[in-house]
Amino acid sequence: MLEIKNLHAGIEDKEILRGIDLKIKAGEIHAIMGPNGSGKSTLASVIAGNETYEVLEGDIVLDEESVLEMSPDERAHKGVFLSFQYPVEIPGVTTTNFIKTAINAKRKAQGLEDLPAKDMLKMIREKSDLLEMDRKFLSRSLNEGFSGGEKKRNEIFQMAMLEPKLAILDETDSGLDIDALKIVANGVNKLKSKDNAVIIITHYQRLLEYIVPDFVHVLFNGKIVKSGGKELAHELEEKGYDWVKNL
Amino acid sequence: MDNPKPRTRNKKFTEDDLKKELETQEYEYGFYTDIESDTFPKGLNEDIVRAISKKKNEPEWMTEWRLEAFRIWQEMEEPEWANITYKKPDFQDIAYYSAPKSVDPNKTLDDVDDDLLVMYKKLGISIDEQKRMNNIAMDIVVDSVSVATTFKDTLAKKGIIFMPISEAIQEHPELIRKYMGTIVPQTDNFYAALNSAVFTDGSFCYIPKGVKCPMELSTYFRINEGGTGQFERTLLIADEGSYVSYLEGCTAPARDENQLHAAVVELIALDDAEIKYSTVQNWFPGDKHGNGGVYNFVTKRGICYENSTISWTQVETGSAITWKYPSCILRGDNSVGEFYSIAVTNNYQQADTGTKMIHIGKNTRSTIISKGISAGKSQNSYRGLVQVNSRADNARNFTQCDSLLMGNECGAHTFPYIEVKNKTAHIEHEATTSKIGEDQLFYCNQRGIDTEKAIALIVNGFSKEVLNKLPMEFAVEAQKLLEISLEGSVG
Repeated sequence: MLEIKNLHAGIEDKEILRGIDLKIKAGEIHAIMGPNGSGKSTLASVIAGNETYEVLEGDIVLDEESVLEMSPDERAHKGVFLSFQYPVEIPGVTTTNFIKTAINAKRKAQGLEDLPAKDMLKMIREKSDLLEMDRKFLSRSLNEGFSGGEKKRNEIFQMAMLEPKLAILDETDSGLDIDALKIVANGVNKLKSKDNAVIIITHYQRLLEYIVPDFVHVLFNGKIVKSGGKELAHELEEKGYDWVKNL
Repeated sequence: MDNPKPRTRNKKFTEDDLKKELETQEYEYGFYTDIESDTFPKGLNEDIVRAISKKKNEPEWMTEWRLEAFRIWQEMEEPEWANITYKKPDFQDIAYYSAPKSVDPNKTLDDVDDDLLVMYKKLGISIDEQKRMNNIAMDIVVDSVSVATTFKDTLAKKGIIFMPISEAIQEHPELIRKYMGTIVPQTDNFYAALNSAVFTDGSFCYIPKGVKCPMELSTYFRINEGGTGQFERTLLIADEGSYVSYLEGCTAPARDENQLHAAVVELIALDDAEIKYSTVQNWFPGDKHGNGGVYNFVTKRGICYENSTISWTQVETGSAITWKYPSCILRGDNSVGEFYSIAVTNNYQQADTGTKMIHIGKNTRSTIISKGISAGKSQNSYRGLVQVNSRADNARNFTQCDSLLMGNECGAHTFPYIEVKNKTAHIEHEATTSKIGEDQLFYCNQRGIDTEKAIALIVNGFSKEVLNKLPMEFAVEAQKLLEISLEGSVG
């Protein structure tokens, strides 16, 4: 589904990603772990098409098509979803209105009519129940005055609504207490199918106890220095990140 | 030196002409009875003022009132205090009267500027309305005529008077003489004086005691809007205990050739009355290089008697220059003044707009919500005065001024003036300035929302408190208008 080939990317003159190779098949969950500043969030941003970063070399191929020339919204229409580490606030725009706009934008790109309001409401009800969300959040301005945990849950709610092919969860566990973490993880697991894939970016292996990855990659200094199965996460937890620095 | 004289036409008036005129009259609902094209020579002097008055068949007192205004205007200086820079108009280079354009039978929508058509489509304006705005003959007028006739009947049954001010001068001189110029006197300011001298038409509305106007005076007005003039004058009187919601303007882009617009609006809310006055202003703002565009110098003011309310809501997206301060004189005890405003400036537009809330009566309350959105190289200023007079015990004001900036080349300015002469007053002022951030745009993009749509979403969210004050049908159009006004503002 996704193939990243020798990806080099950076900001201004600073190279952050220094040759990343990664293959993800439909139905797989990949975890990317690494110390602060290793380039985890940059990788997520570059896949999603954030123009702050420049791709210097390599390619990102989604369903046999390079996405490098695509704008972030085109990539989203192709099924890329990024759960942000720091979701932005949009005053005056309710979560409901925002997600409705997003869904209909995607449908428009696919040549479909707007989703009828009835269906939209039904879907909103189902997905908010899945994430045990208080529905009053949906009529509040997007992320405005939300706690860290509420923002993250809202991200996963949007993911549930948009049903992406490739979901990238960037530090979704940070700011979540253990109960919220379980709910979010449970939501992600339910959304998982043989047709989609998930990339979990995390600093700790805590989330990986609830969303069990098929593969774990360790990112350090802009490169994947080690890949393995889920046991690699435990090994990292035990040995600490200093261990990877010497790999 | 020769005094320019108005041209007169001595064409014989035939029965066919009469028939044609009646047809047109019906279609225009009597807003214009004269469809012969004639324009006065450029320039302004007493003869021109007299000629305008004569053209409108005005009584002597009206002519004198105009002349008085003209003499005052001649002594006045054009104001320079606003935060705008522009080349002052040459007042002798303007034609002060031109009859409305008649329909050109050979013109079709294919002759209309493509950009304009694209915009109409985006705004969802009906083909009929598009034609009307471009002086194109319409295939079907029956619908709108019947709708308007129904309106007229309903209004008449309630005793509501709603007609062009030129007709009101003929038919209701007692009301005109009693109220015109009492809120915005001829001496008020340079542009108000000019308007008083040369206004050609506008609307007059009177709601009798205890009558709640059963409809927004909107659809009716829009049908009538074909001949909106350069110097409009509106007078609206809500008698005791009455209610009216009045909509002015149109979301459709108006490419007026007249560069200078100087309107005057006077509102009178007698005891226990309520007036809601909503405006959407979308005059030609000039091109993206700052060429052309309308100069809009407007004086709008209302007076509130006991327990009455005046609420101004405006969405200003057009004009190269906007100079406009819809105000409330809260004269009666317990009266309420409200001002809700969205002002959008893009490219080289300049807006200096706000309000004045003058608290005279006891327990008077006012609310000001101003949302300024600046993009391109534009300048957007809020200028507001909250004045509490010595006898206005327990006056309350809440002011909120929010500015939203797009890009690095525009400006947002706030000039709040607060004058309080009574210790019991309670004044609150809040102001914020924010910028549409790249992170916000990327977030929306990532969800599949393109940048134009994302800006529209953010701007609509920012403006929501004001948009919510507009009547439903207007609010939807205003939202689209905000979107269109800001198109291309982020590269």
